[in-house]
Amino acid sequence: MIHFIVHGKQDTVGVLVTDAVKDQRLTGWNMETDGTVEAVARADIPLGHKIALKPIAQGERVIKYNVPIGQATRDILPGDHVHTHNLRTARW
Amino acid sequence: MRERTFLGYRRENGRVGVRNHVVILPVDDISNAACEAVANNVKGTLALPHAYGRLQFGEDLELFFRTMIGTGSNPNVAACVVIGIEPEWTQKIVEGIARTGKPVAGFSIERNGDFKTIEAASRTAMRFLQEASERRREECDVRELYVSAKCGESDTTTGLASCPAVGEVFDHLESLGATMSFGETSELTGAEEICASRAATREAAEQFLRMFRAYNDFIVSQGVDLLGSQPTEGNIRGGLTTIEEKALGNLQKIGRRCRFVGCLEPAEAPKGPGLWFMDTSSAAAEAVTLWAASGAVVHLFPTGQGNIVGNPIEPVIKLSGNPLTVRTMSEHIDVDVSGLLQREYTLEEAGDRLWDMMIRVASGRLTCAEALGHREFVLTKLYRSA
Repeated sequence: MIHFIVHGKQDTVGVLVTDAVKDQRLTGWNMETDGTVEAVARADIPLGHKIALKPIAQGERVIKYNVPIGQATRDILPGDHVHTHNLRTARW
Repeated sequence: MRERTFLGYRRENGRVGVRNHVVILPVDDISNAACEAVANNVKGTLALPHAYGRLQFGEDLELFFRTMIGTGSNPNVAACVVIGIEPEWTQKIVEGIARTGKPVAGFSIERNGDFKTIEAASRTAMRFLQEASERRREECDVRELYVSAKCGESDTTTGLASCPAVGEVFDHLESLGATMSFGETSELTGAEEICASRAATREAAEQFLRMFRAYNDFIVSQGVDLLGSQPTEGNIRGGLTTIEEKALGNLQKIGRRCRFVGCLEPAEAPKGPGLWFMDTSSAAAEAVTLWAASGAVVHLFPTGQGNIVGNPIEPVIKLSGNPLTVRTMSEHIDVDVSGLLQREYTLEEAGDRLWDMMIRVASGRLTCAEALGHREFVLTKLYRSA
């Protein structure tokens, strides 16, 4: 059972491919390296939403597909749900 | 093993279509009623009502004519009846479509009224329909297809599954010498440099970046940004947070190998085989209408949260990698690639599934959108009319 998928080896977030509940131990698959990644959800995270894999400081760029997808608007811990409440576009 | 041939309709100009529509095309909004009356009289013809065609000017008017002429010229159209309020613009569209060699006739309502126009146009439409009904499909090579692609109601599964599956098909189509197009200028924000790096030539890259910057300049000139529009509320619900993230998923559609050979204005026909960027909106119905007008005969449409769009003349094949969407909206999804999320099959195998459906639809299988009567025909308007 895969709980989340990671696009690139530099990514700091993964994508849930099933609904996850708080404190659940999760197994992820990195598409680029074909490696396995472990994480523990710090919140309920629905399918399709992102989970942090590394600590990301406020103002730091969030990486997915090996490139920045925006900036953290607050400090993010591994296992956190990453979405509009803590990530914002760097373009607009 | 992916099929290399399909059963299509070869048109007078050598182009190959996958449908055999007889279209009743209004030149303007006030001719919609007459066109719908003709389509009601002659069962099996297809009226394409729309909202514009009066007092447009400049680049907007040029795009209008390109869209009208291109729609009638699409190889999925066997013959076309054009009805407008006055003869001049009607004739201009008739002459444009006539260059393909297909049967086309124009009728204008001024000095005739609706009744006389509808009767005369119905007699011609009936003849066109009966002639078209005797056209037969013949074996055609897949390289003769012109395939367009855009995604809609995207979410993170789009970037994981359905867009890469289209990319698989595009890489293969390109290697066989087919024609493909992608677009969605606003939705490449954050991936524009990566997109430019996928151009076949420096000219194509520069042309793309010019189109991209012109669009961005337009947004800035309005004193706004696209927060609240890009990503959409549906995108956000599906887990997409920023335009950059959405754009990177979107771009998976052009595969891993193919490079775009040039850029097209909206509704402009490609000048040869290969992958082309078209400057389009990301609104599904508007964009697919532009591709149909550029001559595309099959559209591949990845969706995450479940966009239900169709087009009257270009079949839209929808695929989704979101298991919730596939389960709750199954009547809209032609190809289910959600098994990619649990690695039940490889991306190549997902590409096989989509390829198989593309060949079947090209040979006559109705898409979900066709079966459900989705005929969204929406013209792109560049600015307000005079």
